[in-house]
Amino acid sequence: MFSSPRLPRILPSRGLSPKLVSVLQVTPMALVYITLVLVPLGLIFVVSFLDYNFAQVFPELYLETWIDTLTSDLTLSLYLKTFKFLIIVWCICAPLGFAIAYFLAYHIRTNWVRTLLVAAIAIPFWTSGPIRMVSWVPLLGREGLVNQTLMGLGLVDQPVSWLMYSEFAVIVAYVQMLTMPMIATSLNSMAKIKPSVIQAAEDAGASEWQIVRDVIFPLVRPGLAIGTVIIVTAVMGDVFMVKYMGGSQVNTVGMSIITDLNAFMYPPAAAKSVLLLFVVLTIVLALLRFADIRKELRQ
Amino acid sequence: MPHKDCTKGHGAAGPSPAASATKGISRRALLKTGAAAAVATGFPAPMIWAQNIKDITITHIGQSYSTIPEIGARANEELGFRVEMQTAPDQTTHINRLLTQPNSVDVTDMPNTNLKYFQGRGVLMPVKTSDYKWFDKTIPLLTTGKYPDGTSATMEGMAPIKTQYWATQDAKDYSLTPTEWLVGVPMYYNADTLGVRPDLIGRPVDSWAELLNPEFAGKVALQDGTATGIADSAMALQALGEIDYADKGNMTRAEIDATIKKLIDYKKSGQFRSFWTNFDQSVQLMASGEVVLQSMWSPAVTEVRTRGIDCKYNGMKEGYRGWYIMMTAMSHLDGLKRDCAIEYMNWVNSGWAGAFISRQGFYNSVPENVKAFMSENEYGYWYEGKPATEDILNPFGKVMEKAGITRDGGSLWDRMGNIGIWNTVMDEDRYLTRQWQSFLAA
Repeated sequence: MFSSPRLPRILPSRGLSPKLVSVLQVTPMALVYITLVLVPLGLIFVVSFLDYNFAQVFPELYLETWIDTLTSDLTLSLYLKTFKFLIIVWCICAPLGFAIAYFLAYHIRTNWVRTLLVAAIAIPFWTSGPIRMVSWVPLLGREGLVNQTLMGLGLVDQPVSWLMYSEFAVIVAYVQMLTMPMIATSLNSMAKIKPSVIQAAEDAGASEWQIVRDVIFPLVRPGLAIGTVIIVTAVMGDVFMVKYMGGSQVNTVGMSIITDLNAFMYPPAAAKSVLLLFVVLTIVLALLRFADIRKELRQ
Repeated sequence: MPHKDCTKGHGAAGPSPAASATKGISRRALLKTGAAAAVATGFPAPMIWAQNIKDITITHIGQSYSTIPEIGARANEELGFRVEMQTAPDQTTHINRLLTQPNSVDVTDMPNTNLKYFQGRGVLMPVKTSDYKWFDKTIPLLTTGKYPDGTSATMEGMAPIKTQYWATQDAKDYSLTPTEWLVGVPMYYNADTLGVRPDLIGRPVDSWAELLNPEFAGKVALQDGTATGIADSAMALQALGEIDYADKGNMTRAEIDATIKKLIDYKKSGQFRSFWTNFDQSVQLMASGEVVLQSMWSPAVTEVRTRGIDCKYNGMKEGYRGWYIMMTAMSHLDGLKRDCAIEYMNWVNSGWAGAFISRQGFYNSVPENVKAFMSENEYGYWYEGKPATEDILNPFGKVMEKAGITRDGGSLWDRMGNIGIWNTVMDEDRYLTRQWQSFLAA
């Protein structure tokens, strides 16, 4: 829509070549990007090669940090743990998000009910992060509702402790957090599917399942891809939920960066950050092959 | 009401601010401007001091336990200049601020363990021993490293005496023996131990070894981070006889490896329920019954008790984990502002603020001054190990302990006299942090 040829063309200024005008237009953003993103990133990269001690970084080359970051068992186990979370969370959030979006888009008849339900999905996000995390304890804690129910039903005779401060708890919190963006992006893509396409499929005698599989799913794929990008960046970059829900007993890539920073060990934190950035960018670029964002905006 | 008592104490027995002001004038009068003006006009020096300092603001950055608004308000009432309290959200932010923006701070309080990050950085200002008014009244543990009976306290970990004196004014190396340059003004210290839920355990706990007792598997927590988590673990491992350390407060690489290996085994068998990073989390874990045994801070224990939940905090036979907080000034201070900063540091230990903090369960470095600002009941309970004769209130007036209760562990010297290890940042910190991560990842 923004690139529509029907928009009036801005007249080129007198004496300025169109190329120069473009350059001038991008200059402010480029300056911001260079000073606030590229320069700090460059510094982080440089720091990762320096020697260090007690909150001090010495201008001496120290390759041990990178050798350790790239070859240690610790790095491997951190990434395996982080990817494990990512895969489990995606496998739950993607189908769930798609199904809920489908329900909202095609099974809710009135617009205001749909708006109401979408708003209801956001209710848990009305409170702040720490409160949301603390409020899991009365539910999943040793003396929490779930344990009381299990014991009341006679299913267990000791409170189940892995419900809270465990990997399970981290995954529960991720799913609760990240299903919403998946719903939102799927719903957005579904809203762009012309009703006539669905009608045509119905007229041709397709069942609901066939319509979902052969018509809606391919058209919603870009939405799912963007939702996946959100999940990937959220899980890979998160420290908050791992820390609170895992009771600091679960170490992930993000957590280990925080531990280094809290101990004022900047070079390993920098090296881990650079590596994490590289991994996340690789995944995101691969995902974007499934979703042309420009095309999405144009529709 | 403790506040009433303080005011009473302040008026009667306490070293009044007027008295302390007269004491400090001789130094101030030496200030060129002040002295010149005093001679020229014949005004008494205090008037000049009062005129000159009224526009000065001293920025004090600290943690939530020290930069309490009530203390700031009292300082502003009693000193002629302004004190602005700023609370750093956590130790990391605090240290970062001091290292990267030292000019935005005038005085700060910090655990002596943090000093590793400041040594040789030129950020901190040495304080002349003679400028600090209460030095002679300070407990000997902080000034000489000895107990009142003359025996030496343990040197495992960062014992207060290890970071109390600069060898010279250039503030590069520490001295184990008194010099004329203080690293900082001694402030608060305490003896930490395990917090215990007696209602959920049902038998006395008197050894750090219990932290790793399989009987409590899945019901114990450690403090996250290498500074205290590793010290607590070392106390437990040594108590169990699993590892014998030369100095568990400053481990060798081999000792770190052995410790982490043991901890990973315990973690894999499900010993730990959670690791906590802040006060609130530790209170939450204990109060909700998620853990029955964990290393804890004294005010957190008090908070659990204020909620009506029983929580014991008695000493273990291997001793307590001691810690020490000092107040330092920043090196950019000079002239009148430097004098005001020193005046503020003197004020902080003149009794009122120390009494306020003592009601949270910490000890002040000059108990004699604090005594005047506490009721007999309060001082007896907090410092002398006597049973409370009436209800004990926290600094904000909330009932904390009922009459008849005695402080866990007893008197000041029953507790501080038995330190097994001091909080610490080890020489092998880089290696330790790396290994600690493997423990968390296991």
